Amino acid sequence: MQTILNSRDIGYLEEMAREMRIEIVRMLEKSGSGHTGGSLSAADIVSALYFYKMRHRPEDPKWVGRDRFVLSKGHAAPVLYAALALSGYMDRSMLCSLRKLNCPLQGHPSSKMLAGVEVSTGSLGQGLSIANGMALGLRLDKRDSRVYCLLGDGESQEGQVWEAAMSAAHYKLDNICAILDSNGLQIDGKVSDVMNIEPVEDKWKAFGWHTLPIDGHNMKAIADALDAAEKVKEKPCIIIAKTIKGKGVSIFEGKAEYHGLAPTAAELDVAIKELGGNGK
Amino acid sequence: MASRDQEQKTGRTDFAGEAVATRDVYGATLIELGEKNENIVVLDADLSGSTKTKGFSKAFPERFFNMGISEQDLVGTAGGLSLTGKIPFASTFAIFESGRAWEQVRQTIGYSSLNVKLVATHSGLTVGEDGASHQALEDITLMRVIPGLTVIVPADGYETKQALDAITEYKGPVYMRLGRSKVPPVMPEGYEFRIGRAHTFSLGNDATIVATGIMVSAALKARDILAKEGIDAGVINMSTIKPLDGESLLAAARKSRLIVTAEEHSIIGGLGGAVSEFLSENCPVRVLRIGTKDTFGRSGSPDELLKEYGLTADNISDTIRRNNR
Repeated sequence: MQTILNSRDIGYLEEMAREMRIEIVRMLEKSGSGHTGGSLSAADIVSALYFYKMRHRPEDPKWVGRDRFVLSKGHAAPVLYAALALSGYMDRSMLCSLRKLNCPLQGHPSSKMLAGVEVSTGSLGQGLSIANGMALGLRLDKRDSRVYCLLGDGESQEGQVWEAAMSAAHYKLDNICAILDSNGLQIDGKVSDVMNIEPVEDKWKAFGWHTLPIDGHNMKAIADALDAAEKVKEKPCIIIAKTIKGKGVSIFEGKAEYHGLAPTAAELDVAIKELGGNGK
Repeated sequence: MASRDQEQKTGRTDFAGEAVATRDVYGATLIELGEKNENIVVLDADLSGSTKTKGFSKAFPERFFNMGISEQDLVGTAGGLSLTGKIPFASTFAIFESGRAWEQVRQTIGYSSLNVKLVATHSGLTVGEDGASHQALEDITLMRVIPGLTVIVPADGYETKQALDAITEYKGPVYMRLGRSKVPPVMPEGYEFRIGRAHTFSLGNDATIVATGIMVSAALKARDILAKEGIDAGVINMSTIKPLDGESLLAAARKSRLIVTAEEHSIIGGLGGAVSEFLSENCPVRVLRIGTKDTFGRSGSPDELLKEYGLTADNISDTIRRNNR
């Protein structure tokens, strides 16, 4: 399919998310390790960002007028790599080098090794502070670029997330939009069992954020929320996206064990079939 | 503004020949740098009065960000600002900058190689009465182990000023260690700081003292004490801990029977560690390390503490005398 950036065609964005999911399970099976569940849960959100909302130039990754994306939940690297490949930052064939020695597709994203990655992440809880810094810098320069930051719900157990939440509201950063990939699971089980973060929307509200709760797999809802976030003034905005871990492949959906497990060859066959791929 | 007063009082901003706290030089220099370069931004974590970034905050309020008491967020936000082309100077006390936010420095600043200047004050025992919780004796170790991080410990006000100019020009992550208390001037007129280049005052046949920070002054005094007794000791100011100036160390190790390191910091992994690592591999010679042992600090006046922990000119000269063959 011809790649189009900044399309608001919901069918097209869904199709790109489907293609991203196919690339995600393929690269993970090939690498033999990596984070399946949290990459698949974020695919719709990341599709809407890279193929609709964000202004960016894959042929010029450092273009000064670009919007920024910080993958704070860095273990979802495959979803970022899929978006970068499909939007033209690198050849799709590079995806099969995920996690291989001396390849730029590190287990967690490295900005020094791969163009299009704004900053290295992987140690949880650090992305929102970085995104805030970007937003402050862009505002100082009077640029209208926006900063998007994808957080995990398990990640929200990190204290630094809330330090950053306080800072964004304090500095009235309305050029930042956080998105919470609320898939309900983390390595050790349900977020609510391991360390409950609910009521999470109330928490963000109490920290001074505008909140937009949505179904994180409803493409129109995602696109609408990204539009709505832009109109919020004088305060930061967070889209709380209810998602399903492993979304799109029945054998992975809602299973905590696929947080950090890659598909086997047999599981890949099932996944490709369900995602409507060509089985290659 | 204290820093402005400082300038008016002295009539200059290079701090040559002046006893001054390195943090005061930092405060004054930041304003100067901020006037010259509009990309300079400053962040603090509720200690701007102590770290002396307050002067900058008043001069350039739109370029100053108080992050509150949240060092991890301080470091991350500085990282983000650098990614938009700003040159962030992020300051708090050394133990919080290097310790509380260590993993943020490693992951966000170090691993992404961001152009952030972590300028920490209140290092070492000379924090004084606040005691062990606030006395960073481990920060050099913690920072120099991070790949790609440059670590600088100026010896006096003049060198602090020059080092601040140098790290502003340099593109890459830097940790600079400053102190709370006044230090006497030690660097000679016309001295020019360069990142990674030590200053050799002299090399001694009997010993060369490799010192950093406030211990350079103590080392020079120790040299003079020993000279009167006919013991020939030299002094090197190793103000850049990383990258370490191996050439200067080799010259000292080839000439001197003994190398003594001196730092207001733990002997584990700091300057003493770095010098020992280098010389044991490149020119084995006896190295004795003066610094705090495997211990925490405590409350007391700065001078009392330096005596209590064995960080005086007398301690250095005694060590060399005892080990002089």
